[in-house]
Amino acid sequence: MKLTLQVIALAIAAVVALIGAAQGADALFRAHSWVLLLVLVLTAFFLLSRGQSRTVDSTGEVGYMDGPIRYGVVATVFWGIVGFLVGVVIASQLAFPALNFEPYLNFGRVRPLHTSAVIFAFGGNALLCTSFYVVQRTCRARLFGGDAAWFVFWGYQLFIVLAATGYLLGVTQSKEYAEPEWYVDLWLTIVWVVYLIVFLGTILKRKEPHIYVANWFYLAFIVTIAMLHVVNNLSLPVSFLGSVSYSAFAGVQDALTQWWYGHNAVGFFLTAGFLGMMYYFMPKQAERPVYSYRLSIIHFWALIFLYIWAGPHHLHYTALPDWAQTLGMVFSIMLWMPSWGGMINGLMTLSGAWDKLRTDPIIRMMVIAVAFYGMSTFEGPMMSIKAVNSLSHYTDWTIGHVHSGALGWVGMITFGAIYFLVPRLWGRKQLYSLRLVNWHLWLATLGIVVYAAVMWVSGITQGLMWREYDAEGFLVYSFAESVQAMHPYFVIRTLGGLLYLIGALVMAYNLVQTIRGRVRDEAPLVTAHAAPAE
Amino acid sequence: MDYETVRHAADSWGLVYLFVLFVGVIAYTFRPGGKKAADDAANIPLKEDK
Repeated sequence: MKLTLQVIALAIAAVVALIGAAQGADALFRAHSWVLLLVLVLTAFFLLSRGQSRTVDSTGEVGYMDGPIRYGVVATVFWGIVGFLVGVVIASQLAFPALNFEPYLNFGRVRPLHTSAVIFAFGGNALLCTSFYVVQRTCRARLFGGDAAWFVFWGYQLFIVLAATGYLLGVTQSKEYAEPEWYVDLWLTIVWVVYLIVFLGTILKRKEPHIYVANWFYLAFIVTIAMLHVVNNLSLPVSFLGSVSYSAFAGVQDALTQWWYGHNAVGFFLTAGFLGMMYYFMPKQAERPVYSYRLSIIHFWALIFLYIWAGPHHLHYTALPDWAQTLGMVFSIMLWMPSWGGMINGLMTLSGAWDKLRTDPIIRMMVIAVAFYGMSTFEGPMMSIKAVNSLSHYTDWTIGHVHSGALGWVGMITFGAIYFLVPRLWGRKQLYSLRLVNWHLWLATLGIVVYAAVMWVSGITQGLMWREYDAEGFLVYSFAESVQAMHPYFVIRTLGGLLYLIGALVMAYNLVQTIRGRVRDEAPLVTAHAAPAE
Repeated sequence: MDYETVRHAADSWGLVYLFVLFVGVIAYTFRPGGKKAADDAANIPLKEDK
């Protein structure tokens, strides 16, 4: 019965896609409709070939609903590897321009594919599945809404596929981190509202009286992203079945709306959501409660009250009014306090159990994540200071900063959570290999350090070259000369990214073996004589 | 309701409202007996049966 309904829904959607493919106002919309049609048909075949077996986990109200979480973990690892791989590709394109293959695979189209793949596909799936896991465990309640969680999972994958294929085809509204056009935005809005209903519904039917702080962070992430997504994507499509739309805002208002969105995507997607992860998985892995619960509450509210104002620091020295630029800078600097409060809270959770840092590579991964959280939230406010920004803006320093946050904080805390989750979700006693976790840890850390250090050098070089005047007041370097000077750094940066990608492949291998129920025959990481005193 | 009205509402009463709310939240966190409640809450993830 359920299968019948699903196939009917897919058939209706396929008819809509077919209408788009036939009647679309422009070639891009028609091409994108064909992509949608193909995805729907493949999904229908997939469902029919599997029959009813998938639904075992989602019947009845007994126990937690872990099916979508298992799928989410697999999707996180898959999209992570895709995103890192595309990152290595575009890094290579910058170093060797001959690798730009026109028109579908040039840098301009592949770069948003990379950013969306790592932020929304890798990070988004990680947030979806961990939030579903955490909210059930800390509320002691099954996910609300039955199969709605499956809709959220599959609906989100459809959003990713439509966004990604759109970029390669050339469908974009040219807003950074918000490139998908209006019809894809509308689809994400529907999926997101269902996500909110599932999450909030689970909190409302909780058996635990208190709402644990990790859920506050997850809820803030879901609610704020909904608000940011809807407001920043307010636009008027040129035609009902066309791929072009124009923003509801113009000029500097549009720029400010975009960076209000853009910076809070960092603040609420890449920070608040992953802090929810930290506040659950770090205490679990360390087997100790968070260092100070009251500090975590202050961390939460200070972050919520301050972050939303920081966006204008992306528009220093532009047409944005000066007071707004200063406001953005001041709030960014104030963010130092909650960020470091949160970092200290995370690290001090290990207080009295520091030996775990030596014995447990997963804890080590989480500690490195929190350390990178501290470093990038120190660097960010510093770069938001106008005088510093006049050197750093538009240079590779920004790229380095983003990657120390994204690879170091977001990536590492996600890997830690995934290593925690996989044995539990698939009912395995342990991971296939802790030594491989250690390999992943050091490959990734080395990759990040290489990447960030090289981008500092290259960014400051760029910034200094662009502002170098001679005695007569002429610019000393042409832009092309500064590009040429970047070549060695671009090559080394590619290697840093490659190390990070290899680390992720090691993780994927380790996880596949874990899921297959294998245990690697290996010497323990810590020898007996080094056992901690109890 | 034009831009100026909204702006002046934001930088006067809006500012006061958010600031008082924030101070109130912090004060509530440090209320007498808050430590006990916080310690109980901190143990929520660790007392799971599964």
